[in-house]
Amino acid sequence: MDVISLSAFDLSLAAMLLLMLAATSFRIGLGLEKRIFISGVRMTLQLLLIGLVLKVLFESVSFALVFIMSLCMLLIAGYEVWARQKRKLRGSTGYLISTGSMLVSSFTVTLLALTLMVGVDPWYTPQYAIPLLGMLLGNTMNGVALASDRLTTEIYNQRGMVEQRLLLGQNWQEASGDIRRDCMRTGMIPIVNSMAAAGVVSLPGMMTGQILGGSSPLDAVKYQILIMFLIAAGTGFGVITAIWLISRRLFDERQRLVLDCLSSIKER
Amino acid sequence: MKEAHLKSSCPEQGRKLGLCLSELSFLGSGPYSLDIDPGECVGLTGKSGVGKTQLLRAVADVITHEGDCFLDGKSCLSLSPPDWRKTVAMIPAESFWWYDTVGAHFPHSELQSEAVNLLEKLGFSSEVMDWQISRLSTGERQRLSLVRTLITKPEVLLLDEPTSALDKKMARVVEEMIAEICSLNKTVCLWVSHDLEQLFRVSTRVFRVTPSGLTIERS
Repeated sequence: MDVISLSAFDLSLAAMLLLMLAATSFRIGLGLEKRIFISGVRMTLQLLLIGLVLKVLFESVSFALVFIMSLCMLLIAGYEVWARQKRKLRGSTGYLISTGSMLVSSFTVTLLALTLMVGVDPWYTPQYAIPLLGMLLGNTMNGVALASDRLTTEIYNQRGMVEQRLLLGQNWQEASGDIRRDCMRTGMIPIVNSMAAAGVVSLPGMMTGQILGGSSPLDAVKYQILIMFLIAAGTGFGVITAIWLISRRLFDERQRLVLDCLSSIKER
Repeated sequence: MKEAHLKSSCPEQGRKLGLCLSELSFLGSGPYSLDIDPGECVGLTGKSGVGKTQLLRAVADVITHEGDCFLDGKSCLSLSPPDWRKTVAMIPAESFWWYDTVGAHFPHSELQSEAVNLLEKLGFSSEVMDWQISRLSTGERQRLSLVRTLITKPEVLLLDEPTSALDKKMARVVEEMIAEICSLNKTVCLWVSHDLEQLFRVSTRVFRVTPSGLTIERS
């Protein structure tokens, strides 16, 4: 069975819905209409572009191309995580930490999956490597961004408490321990919940796609299970890495809380 | 300005006992130098915003600073930060509590008789350990924060307006309690307050903090 091809008209009908949402946002003063519009346009352009890129990529099974492509994806994911934080670490450190955690959460896990579990030959076959990496980056990004954003915000808001604990002679790990654990939970709970709801409440996107594409439901389900495990593990380790790296930067070598390494929130 | 003779030369004095601030400067203020003998209480006053609290925070090593502090001749840098802060303990004007009950902020073991003693002096029974933090008044928090630090037996006490939320009678109790601890355990005490009369009562010397150093108010 072939997939029914969507026409430009079908897509513009769906886009109308988004325009309606933007108009509603304007009417009730949400102030989101510009962002909805820009994000919508961005998404369309990006996906059309990636469609073309993937077409080229799939035709030539070249390691160099796959590597460059995945590096770009990683760098952009790192940027997204960094950009979503309200209070960022100043300078390049913040970006490096975000990218580093995405590397841990997605790159290594994808590599593991390609070589050990899927076992496709060659292991960098773009039809497998790129979608897997994309799924992982996209999903772990949320957790890592959520946890990082919460960490810097919470430490900033609760600086009095953290300093009080330092003054009582606690080391920086103890003084920030509750906050750090809380942030790790925040980052991991969405994926844990979505594992619990998978199949009962929600049909995950990838599985839906595979079924629409004509795979047997059982094959689709097996891939989805694999992906879920990978995403959960990746998110978890990525979150732990990010929280550890960021919180180390928030204390100096004499275990003082240094908040001037965080950017201030712009007044609106 | 009689700043010159206040300059301290503690590092050269070798293993001098007591607390010594040597050319401490931070955030564009200072340098502050001061020698305090074991068991002595020194009062600090000064205009609001001049950096009295920051000075205490620099001594406790929770803000970046230049210069050094010495306790019994040992540099702040020679101790790990938690160890330094346990020995040179600052009690901030506003105390913070992060668990639900008072007791959770105290060491888990049974309350030592000394702790019970301190609590009783400040008007609490040991039942206070079960109280909810959210129901404490500002004054109760201030007194409990004192106990929380005092039971760790620091060698130096850095007190930032320790009686600001207490009535006169309770303030006197705190003053006497600190004096007793200082003379008994040879604890060094640095007491920040706006209340000059109080400082004259509790301390042997009183200094005024200015952006460029300490000037003597009375000795």
